[in-house]
Amino acid sequence: MMDLRELYQDLIVDHNKRPRNFGKIDDTTYYAEGFNPLCGDQLTVYLNLDGDRISKVTFEGEGCAISTASASMMTEILTGKTMAEADELFELFHQVLVGEIELDDDTTLQLGKLAVLTGVRAYPSRVKCATLAWHTCQGALHKQHDGISTE
Amino acid sequence: MNSTAVTDLNSDDQVAQWRADFPILKTQVNGHPLVYLDNGATTQKPQVVIDAVSHYYENTNSNIHRGVHQLSELATAAYENGREQVRRFIGAASVKEVVFTRGTTESINLVANSWGMANLKAGDEVLVTEMEHHSNIVPWQMVTERTGALLKVVPINDAGEISLDDVRGLINDRTRMVAISQLSNALGTINPVKEVIEMAHQAGAIVLVDGAQAIAHIPVDMADLNCDFYAFSGHKIFGPTGTGVLYGKEALLEAMPPWQGGGDMIRIVRFEKSTWNDLPYKFEAGTPNIAGGIGLGVALDYVSDVGLEKIAAHETELLNYASRKLQELPGLKLIGTAKNRASIASFVLDQLHAHDLGTILDSEGIAIRAGHHCAMPVMQHYGVAATARASFAFYNTFSEVDRLMDGLNKAVEMFG
Ligand SMILES: Cc1ncc(COP(=O)(O)O)c(C=O)c1O
Repeated sequence: MMDLRELYQDLIVDHNKRPRNFGKIDDTTYYAEGFNPLCGDQLTVYLNLDGDRISKVTFEGEGCAISTASASMMTEILTGKTMAEADELFELFHQVLVGEIELDDDTTLQLGKLAVLTGVRAYPSRVKCATLAWHTCQGALHKQHDGISTE
Repeated sequence: MNSTAVTDLNSDDQVAQWRADFPILKTQVNGHPLVYLDNGATTQKPQVVIDAVSHYYENTNSNIHRGVHQLSELATAAYENGREQVRRFIGAASVKEVVFTRGTTESINLVANSWGMANLKAGDEVLVTEMEHHSNIVPWQMVTERTGALLKVVPINDAGEISLDDVRGLINDRTRMVAISQLSNALGTINPVKEVIEMAHQAGAIVLVDGAQAIAHIPVDMADLNCDFYAFSGHKIFGPTGTGVLYGKEALLEAMPPWQGGGDMIRIVRFEKSTWNDLPYKFEAGTPNIAGGIGLGVALDYVSDVGLEKIAAHETELLNYASRKLQELPGLKLIGTAKNRASIASFVLDQLHAHDLGTILDSEGIAIRAGHHCAMPVMQHYGVAATARASFAFYNTFSEVDRLMDGLNKAVEMFG
């Protein structure tokens, strides 16, 4: 068991208290609702695309600190990225969290700010909290509007 | 367990003696002595139950009801003795009324499928309450959908109580079944099941009581309660997982078709037509959880030795103490404040999601439940996604409640 402070780093506590890009984008066709059946958390991700580049991402919903902070950080990081880059980053993030990729200096660098969320690796039941917004974002990008589930 | 020996002890000594029966309570979690407050999810097992299960596997393991050899005779006798122990514990008239299942969920599904498919038709009504566990909602949704019957819901008020006036208003001559929990797992509410049963019977409806939570906290007696079906799980009353009971009145069970087919539930099998075994075996297809049934019987005898009255008295004091302490914490709201409550304190905190709270408390060795507790309509009623739930058993202490409060204060500080 690691120190709780490594799980709830200041940046996470901050994003949880003041989530960035919180709210809805009206009139977008890129949105999806995500659901974590374990805890009942639900959130919706909205996107605007400019060509295949993400020009704006927002989210709304209720979740724990991990899922809220992860969603908030995601909206910051994905803004300006292409769909392919977003897919790639999610893949890396997911693989690190489930332990398929080692968290070495190189991957830490690639993850950037997201590295603060890697504390969840020590808490298997919380990995889903950290990936809920990302799964949902994938659904929004590929226009699967509902039923995105962490299961 | 010698219950007469403990009657003179003061409360703390008595609880200490009970705790000594449960080996897991000596465990350290994350460097702290375990504080187990997730008894609503499952209870811990006393040494006598653990021993009964291993004794079976070490000495008499064998299939039952079919062996001609000694081990099979011994296993059959022990398993059927477990059934008799259940009968005695719940005050059923006969072991024919005691069907072994995998748990509450399977017991309710058995009734919904067997009784429901045989008796429900378009226009009939099934009544449940807003506080039911998913396992007492979904099977009724499935069978009413298939039969064209209607599922109706008794609402709860903001304290988490149903009103008997609402029940009276919702029961009519189309009501065939009322399915209601005796003790809500999400709110801790004790429902006035006896009154509901009387009302339903007057209207010609039958009643299934979900006793999953109640069984370890409230003394029950089938003869007195007069319900038609009663469902509970062994693992919530200090018995093994994968065990459960469906009590049913003999005449009702007799008239019901079997649910699952296979070995043990038949009398004669012919390709033209098979005939069914007697009660309760008609509803017990296949090799059952033999060790589990034996362990469940031992668990119920253990609880009887301790005494459910004594258990209820201690738990009431614990719950009152915990509720008082919890409400002193700024920003904490109890979910479920019914006048008549037992063993469960469900709550939400401003600024702090139940899931985070669960993780923080776990780092202090304190096990609680965080989530929707398989009662999503209850969460919807209160407009929350999840609650934190501390659920007590008779082996919990006042100082464990203090540890919970310390953990909560630490969590609030971290996120405040
Ligand atoms: C009120 C209630 N009903 C039914 C169940 C289902 O019990 P099981 O999962 O043992 O079948 C539970 C378990 O949490 C419960 O609390």
